Amino acid sequence: MASAPALFGVVVFTFLLMRVLPGDPAVFFASGPNAGEAEIQAIRVQMGLDKPIPEQLVRYLWDIGHGRLGRSMGTGQPVTVDLANRLPASLELTFTALLLALCCALPLGIGAALAPNSLLDHGVRLLCTLGVCVPTFVSGLLFIYAFYYLAGVAPDPTGRIDIFASQPPTLTGFLLVDAALAGDWEAWHSAASQLVLPACTMALFVLAPLARMTRASMLAVLTSDFVRTGDALGLSRRRVVLVYALRNALLPVITIMGIVFSTMLGANVLVEKVFSWPGVASYALDALLASDYAPVQGFVLLMALIFVAVNLLVDLLYGLADPRVSVA
Amino acid sequence: MSVLLQVDDLRVAFATRHGTVEALRGVSLRLDAGETLGIVGESGSGKSVTALAMMRLLDQAGRITGGSIHFRGQDITRAGRDIMRPLRGAAMSMIFQNPRAALNPIRQVGLQIADVLRAHRPLAAREARDQALELLRAVQIRDPERRLDAYPHELSGGMSQRVMIAMAIACEPSLLIADEPTTGLDVTTQQTVMELLAEITARRGMALALITHDLGLAARYCQRIAVMEQGLLVEEAPPARLFGAPGHAYTRRLVAASPTRHSTVQSLVGAAPLPPPPPRPAGPPLLMVTRLGKSFGPGAPAVDDVSFSLSAGESLGLVGESGSGKSTISRLICRLLDQDAGGIKLDGEEIGLVPAARFHRHAKRRDIQLVFQDAGESLNPRFTAAESIADPLRNLLGLRDRAELRRRAAEFAARCGLEAALLDRFPHQLSGGQRARVGIARAIAAGPRLLVLDEPTAALDVSVQAVVLHLLDQLRRETGLAFLFVSHDLNVVRMMCERTMVLQGGRVVEEGHSAQVFAAPQAPYTAALLAAIPHFEPVA
Amino acid sequence: MNATLRHAAWVLRGNPVTLAAGLGVLALALVALLGPSLVAYDPIASNVPQALQPPSAAHWFGTDQLGRDVFSRVVVATRLDLAIAASAVTLSFAVGAVGGAFCGYAGGRLDRWVGRFVDVLMAFPLFVLAMALVAALGNRVENIIYATAIINLPFYVRFARAEVNVRRNQGWVEAARCAGNSHASVVLRFLLPNVLPAMAVQVSLNLGWAILNAAGLSFLGLGVRPPTPEWGILVAEGARFITTGKWWLVVCPGGALMFAVLCFNLLGDGLRDILDPRLRT
Repeated sequence: MASAPALFGVVVFTFLLMRVLPGDPAVFFASGPNAGEAEIQAIRVQMGLDKPIPEQLVRYLWDIGHGRLGRSMGTGQPVTVDLANRLPASLELTFTALLLALCCALPLGIGAALAPNSLLDHGVRLLCTLGVCVPTFVSGLLFIYAFYYLAGVAPDPTGRIDIFASQPPTLTGFLLVDAALAGDWEAWHSAASQLVLPACTMALFVLAPLARMTRASMLAVLTSDFVRTGDALGLSRRRVVLVYALRNALLPVITIMGIVFSTMLGANVLVEKVFSWPGVASYALDALLASDYAPVQGFVLLMALIFVAVNLLVDLLYGLADPRVSVA
Repeated sequence: MSVLLQVDDLRVAFATRHGTVEALRGVSLRLDAGETLGIVGESGSGKSVTALAMMRLLDQAGRITGGSIHFRGQDITRAGRDIMRPLRGAAMSMIFQNPRAALNPIRQVGLQIADVLRAHRPLAAREARDQALELLRAVQIRDPERRLDAYPHELSGGMSQRVMIAMAIACEPSLLIADEPTTGLDVTTQQTVMELLAEITARRGMALALITHDLGLAARYCQRIAVMEQGLLVEEAPPARLFGAPGHAYTRRLVAASPTRHSTVQSLVGAAPLPPPPPRPAGPPLLMVTRLGKSFGPGAPAVDDVSFSLSAGESLGLVGESGSGKSTISRLICRLLDQDAGGIKLDGEEIGLVPAARFHRHAKRRDIQLVFQDAGESLNPRFTAAESIADPLRNLLGLRDRAELRRRAAEFAARCGLEAALLDRFPHQLSGGQRARVGIARAIAAGPRLLVLDEPTAALDVSVQAVVLHLLDQLRRETGLAFLFVSHDLNVVRMMCERTMVLQGGRVVEEGHSAQVFAAPQAPYTAALLAAIPHFEPVA
Repeated sequence: MNATLRHAAWVLRGNPVTLAAGLGVLALALVALLGPSLVAYDPIASNVPQALQPPSAAHWFGTDQLGRDVFSRVVVATRLDLAIAASAVTLSFAVGAVGGAFCGYAGGRLDRWVGRFVDVLMAFPLFVLAMALVAALGNRVENIIYATAIINLPFYVRFARAEVNVRRNQGWVEAARCAGNSHASVVLRFLLPNVLPAMAVQVSLNLGWAILNAAGLSFLGLGVRPPTPEWGILVAEGARFITTGKWWLVVCPGGALMFAVLCFNLLGDGLRDILDPRLRT
């Protein structure tokens, strides 16, 4: 629960953000850019902006507690509704990318550690070195150039699904899941082909740190005393590697999962912009550039919430994986 | 007796960054079924490499470059994993130093024992668990049913080593190799673990190869002892002959340097015996410690109601096992830690009231200096030997002149037997003994009146320890320094100190003149400690 | 000092990659210093008839939609990108290393709280935090620096704390206190010199990261404004033409960005290997 105070910190931060931001907050919450002086004054009183700061903070907390995050000028909708509509798009992208990255990074890291100085090892080290140098917005654009413009195999890099394909009925908001549940394989295929490039871009971004970590921790564990014990007492190689080495090597990987996930949330902003992905990050970015601050505030709060949830999950996982840590 | 293991002219080389290093340069030895062989030597002698080579467990950097190893008549010098795997654990087993690290930290010990059983026998999980329970009983673990599901971090060091033994003997191997099995354990724990190991191997007819740096341990538990030095086996004989009439010069030095209950500081280095330092005129005590108490967090206090006094020029030994509070007391008196209760008077001035965080400015700072356990770790890696020795001169005597600092540092280095050529070296360029000398030179540089020595030789090989102890004893005779000598090694304390204090669980259980405490211990704990030291008796 | 240099030279001969990375960093620094005087075209002036030309002998990196020479723009941008990254890292290093070292040495409750806070902060989406900071402070270059410095800060605090924490109970720190050193002297004369080499590695790796972050923010339209040449902005402008195959607008500034990050990362890895061969991964 170490991250709970952080949530509070972020809330206070966004509160200050709203107060420090250039301009009058009441203007942002008004019905539109052309709102009259009287209306703004009314909103100011209604929002309690004439009250002392501590009281404003309490009111602010109260509002957040009730999901009142204000209205977006761009869409005219309450921010909560917009975020709820767009969150699945971001999560679908992030989860797919994470899954992809893990599926590549773990075998690569383990393989490299098992055969130090082999061709695979050198390849993985090269990949790790280059991978951290490529910014997502460049790799995303290069993917588009290669697979859309040159090879012509990828669809037009805008949106989650071909505009001519039928949108599956919304159940979870995850298009792949919804389409599969509806049995609409054409829509599934369309959504999947839109997802491949952005997911790969993001996966590439976290592949390097994950593979590097896996390799390093596997190497360390393979030279540890207890692996030598396993060898000295005649356990099979498979058992030594899988049960003795791998399970221990994954512990540090679990620890950095939280950091990796939050890095991905940050990278989301860039990837969503490159691929015109209708997620929460591009929504917040558009609002930010249009000086529409309520969605930005809502976005930062949402990130904080997700961050707390992810850290809780990581702590739980770690507690389950390592008996030396009690799940408190 | 059939030959179980035969090693002929074994050579092992390690590839390092600075080229190939020969770790073994032609080692031959033989081990019969049911026999116990001790392999002793100091660090770098190649004893552990020999053990690992016999199991064919050398890591990738180490390579057998010559000679042969035969196990039960089978040549395993170059055997692959397919041949070695069925042998390891089933026919030959090994236990290691630092048992806690040798066990998988995230797997229950019952499962780890079962892993070994099932690696060699077709057993169902249930049967393996039952057998693991039997094994835990065999190694005399209390409450074995519960321990079956324990994780290694829930066991003490001694317990972990028992589990390790249970795993090693699970499939009744005919050879057990024990590599420093009790190093790092307390002396009483060491005794129980070694007794268990001896009993189990004897009852099951296993051969035991005991690798150790402790001559006493090897003498007590082995029928034959092989002495190694720098990758060579220099002598092999039964203990009585080895200690009574050592044939090789190195063995003679090693035997002399190992403290026994009759040795003196001088006999360790082969010097003529000196009379004990003349008794000092009785004056007011230099150090008065009254009712000292300190605890870290809840639970039993680390130091509980400890009082003692020390006259100028006197030497007092603090003896105890880990957790006895001896190191805490040394830190409290050096004012590196604040006590919770009690007073510390130096020369009649209460220094216990000065917070440790502010003591560096106190006038008495220079009067109390500390010599650390691990000399290497106690030297700033970025300071040369001269800079380390000059540091207290700079701070405590206010010297700033570089040439003067250098001259004084060289002077103290010379007194501690450190050659002037070594003064510009960094700690990693010095040997263990040289680092210890730098540490001592630094401690005496500011001209202290009380030297607190916290296990000053615990990390050193016996031959180096002998020289360092001799140096310390000389310094005390010349300067009239008072020593507070902290150690777990009773023989060392007996040689170095006129008075001895025995600590257990933060409390003083016995105090008196060293000769008396060692000859006729009053407290049962002291008697148990003394009985636990493995001895060897030269027959000369 | 001579011995140290000789040792470094000896080590570098065995590490050609590190040597190359060091030379790369040197070259970048030179380009940053001399930038505008190295190029044949004005990086800002537009020349519409020459718009969107692919790379040629006259325009090595081609031209953009306004006919500006991409090579000139990429070269001139080096100064701004490196300056942002270097100032941000210097700022966070100065505050983080010294603050973290003192915290780690002092220990106690303050240290635990700082450690907790930093751990939590590091797990937060830092790029989002940087965005929010730029939004709050205003869309200016110096605010990009502050934002980048703030999101780098936790790494330094954590690193310095961890390095000092493993050392503060080592014998030589206690020995320093026995030798009468004051606390400030223990930290500044003993601990920091021992921690600094490891921190140098961190600085090098962090510079790469800071460049990526600053470019990312500009790519999104935060901080540096067009038409100022900056790698992130150049990529953002080129992005509009990637679906029509104008690859050089993305590849050239993107390549420069990656080259800079690669050099700093390789240098950092090399330094780490030199300082501690055991850490080689």
